[in-house]
Amino acid sequence: MNTTAKEPVWIPVSTVSEFPDDGGVCAKVYGEQIAIFHFSSRNEWFACENKCPHTGDMVLARGMIGDSQGEPKVACPMHKKSFSLRTGACISGDEYSIKTYPVHIEDGTVYIGMESPGTQG
Amino acid sequence: MKRKLVILGNGMVGHRFAEKIAEYGGTEKFEVTILGEEPRRAYDRVHLSEYFTNRSADSLYLSPSDWYRTNGIRLLLSEPAISVDTVSRKVTTSAGTELPFDELVIATGSSAFVPNFEGVDKQGVFVYRTIEDLEKIMSYAKQVSKVAVLGGGLLGLEAAKAVLDMGKESHVVEFASRLMPRQLDEAASSVLKSKIESLGVRIHLNKETKQALGDSSFQGLEFVDGSVLDVEMLIVSAGIRPRDELAKNSGIEVGQRGGIIVDDELRTNVYGVYAIGEVALHKGMIYGLVAPGYEMAEILAYNLCSPGQKTKSYAGSDLSTKLKLIGVDVASFGDALGQTEHLPIAYTNPRTGVYKKLVLSQDGKKLKGGILVGDADAYSNLLTLYLNNVELPAEPESLIVGTPSEEGSAFGSLPDDAKICSCNNVSKGDLLGAIRSGSCSDLKGLKECTKSGTGCGGCIPQMNSILKEELRAQGKVVTEHVCEHFKYSRQELFQIAKVKGIRTFEEMIRTHGMGNGCEVCKPAVASIIASIYNEPIQKHREIQDTNDKYLANIQRGGTYSVVPRIPGGEITPDKLIVIGQIAKKYDLYCKITGGQRIDLLGARMEQLPDIWKDLVEEGFESGHAYGKAMRTVKSCVGSTWCRYGVQDSTAFAIRIEERYRGIRAPHKLKSAVSGCIRECAEARGKDFGIIATEKGWNLYVGGNGGVNPKHAILLAADLDEETCVKYIDRFMMFYIRTADKLVRTSAWLEQLEGGIEYLKDVIINDRLGINKALEEEMDNLVGTYVCEWKDVVDDPEKQKKYKHFINSEDSDPTVRFIEERGQKRPVDWPKKELVSN
Repeated sequence: MNTTAKEPVWIPVSTVSEFPDDGGVCAKVYGEQIAIFHFSSRNEWFACENKCPHTGDMVLARGMIGDSQGEPKVACPMHKKSFSLRTGACISGDEYSIKTYPVHIEDGTVYIGMESPGTQG
Repeated sequence: MKRKLVILGNGMVGHRFAEKIAEYGGTEKFEVTILGEEPRRAYDRVHLSEYFTNRSADSLYLSPSDWYRTNGIRLLLSEPAISVDTVSRKVTTSAGTELPFDELVIATGSSAFVPNFEGVDKQGVFVYRTIEDLEKIMSYAKQVSKVAVLGGGLLGLEAAKAVLDMGKESHVVEFASRLMPRQLDEAASSVLKSKIESLGVRIHLNKETKQALGDSSFQGLEFVDGSVLDVEMLIVSAGIRPRDELAKNSGIEVGQRGGIIVDDELRTNVYGVYAIGEVALHKGMIYGLVAPGYEMAEILAYNLCSPGQKTKSYAGSDLSTKLKLIGVDVASFGDALGQTEHLPIAYTNPRTGVYKKLVLSQDGKKLKGGILVGDADAYSNLLTLYLNNVELPAEPESLIVGTPSEEGSAFGSLPDDAKICSCNNVSKGDLLGAIRSGSCSDLKGLKECTKSGTGCGGCIPQMNSILKEELRAQGKVVTEHVCEHFKYSRQELFQIAKVKGIRTFEEMIRTHGMGNGCEVCKPAVASIIASIYNEPIQKHREIQDTNDKYLANIQRGGTYSVVPRIPGGEITPDKLIVIGQIAKKYDLYCKITGGQRIDLLGARMEQLPDIWKDLVEEGFESGHAYGKAMRTVKSCVGSTWCRYGVQDSTAFAIRIEERYRGIRAPHKLKSAVSGCIRECAEARGKDFGIIATEKGWNLYVGGNGGVNPKHAILLAADLDEETCVKYIDRFMMFYIRTADKLVRTSAWLEQLEGGIEYLKDVIINDRLGINKALEEEMDNLVGTYVCEWKDVVDDPEKQKKYKHFINSEDSDPTVRFIEERGQKRPVDWPKKELVSN
């Protein structure tokens, strides 16, 4: 996170209709793999990195979403470790966490908020 | 008019007393004032050393900041009492306030005992008692590198660890010949000593201090034996002295060596004046532990709040302790040092740093005390045996060697007054009362309403057994709810779905659940719906467990393995060649599985529909290796080839596999058919297994326990094929209907009330009158089978779901393989991340 609050660059990814209800897909954005979830039963959208921080495998978009005490989360398909879709923190109590991204919907298009290219590692 | 109750001392015991007064409704009757000498409200002194690391008093406080106000209790901080007038019945505080009292409770605790040697008043000598002491210690420690702790007791060792954590050279000086001399014997002390020394703390035993060295500031210790310890700071933790000075000056009787003398009702010699905790002297004993103080607080609060009723009396406390001391388990209870006639049994293992000792009565039948160092798992069970004076098993050594079982025979019939939680003085009867009142039906609730298990936590396993046993006795089904989203077991959800015709997760959670669901309830409901309606599971894709969702098993690297069905393990050369060709085309790793099939590994997600298409075209179908479903039926070659075979096991295995293929169940199911008693197909290691006899088939059920291997048990013998299939139909459907989520047949059978005899009664004698329904349900599942792979192969829309990226045709560029033994395999996971596995 930058200390100076900078408006992210909004990258269009796909149309809303391409997303399964209450499911996830993986998108390639600035060369990064981003997992995007249409949490339709909450009427919310979330995005996070696609990488399982534990195994390094690119699988989080295939994980199942749900909630824990009201906190929206995704369970990694490898070992079912759960991560908050809001903060990226590991709900199952492990030390690692995942990066999350803002999502914006306009005119049926799904946008992901990224820092401008070049600042990406 | 309310009576005036004044409490002197807001430590752990004074606070617990106030809590109990509030709990027993005493604030209706008393106007309560509590005086504290320290500037902060009551905190957990037992865990004081945590302050060294987290520097947060917040986590140590025993109650929220508004607790006193909410409960109508006046709290005066930094304002100790300086005198008590027992004639005009008032207390004067350091601020000059005069507080009249009707009842006075002295809970002033104790202060650190500082031995009187020369130079003990030098700068750089500290006691270890309050948060303020710790702050002074931390501040002074900045300028020194070597610190000694005087006293090798509990608190002293804690302090030594804290010193080590501050990055200083840490020494412990003990007058006695062993550590924790009041709790441990020589052998235990020696094991503990080497453990602690291995952490870097230096221990000096048999050291009587002669004087402190240095001019104005402390520069080391000189001992009576002439030796010198070169350190720059000293923390004294050499015992306690009761804070009884107020009593002494106001005519309240104290013991010769200090402590306010109390009777069994904790009364002093002055009417309406009581003492509890470390300041109280009961039958010649001063208790330097918090648990006895809590017990006194509870008894006194009870007595003051319920006049006229029978009062409770204090009978003295057990001095048992269990600690995680510097990362080493240490426990001691009862007559640990064997000071009365006894029979000792001890076990020492210097390699692992474990020492265990039982002090038995001379006839070996009762436990009088014990010591555990390095492994204190047995503590809570031993303590229960000791406190309740239970007769020991014939070989009492089994209590400390080998693995203690949770429900050891000696625990079966504890009396209701058996003490379970000694930190909070909760008996088995208290727990049963709370469960029977209906206010708590799980462990969390039981902790909240009884406080049991909230101290050291050692009694939690026993709380759990008592809870389960009692719920069972009440006829309640002891199953956990599926998860936080459904207050039902899987069995209940199954009935709900069936009776109400619920066909989607969305409808189920809307009508019978809460929240958004999770990775536990979604697949459970998906499985239930599949077991009832047998629709293609891709219709409910997002609630399927990960393997079901992709109709393949996720493996390392996020790649998949593909297992086509090979019923009974029988395969033609042509089909074998086809599998080889397809594996070659997609560069897949091949392995024969334990279930007589061929696993094709290393498929990328986007390759799956193509691989399936090729397989389906050649006449293969899904083997459901991914599903919590019926998977494979193994077989031997049976009477067609084998010189011993008595029936055609291969043909029967194929029939069974094709009948039940892919049927969704609470867990995966496997089967096998052996052609004779030699059991080459290992049928008894399966969820259901069939073994040929001269007269027909023997049917076994409930084998293959997964992590706990199990042999299947005989359900029926010498069956003809039709009857055998009928019984399997009934068995499988009964399991599917009634088992909890992810419970395998073996565990299900074990939990089934009445066990195999009951199951026989249901399956063979139709005890429940449901067999016709079970058979019809199974017939329906068998009749509606479709290959799930073909379902995707035939539908281009469904194939789109297997792209790695929604906005690119690329494959996942991070997937990497290396070659091993002539085939590819995924690269290993990064090492550093594996550590957190």
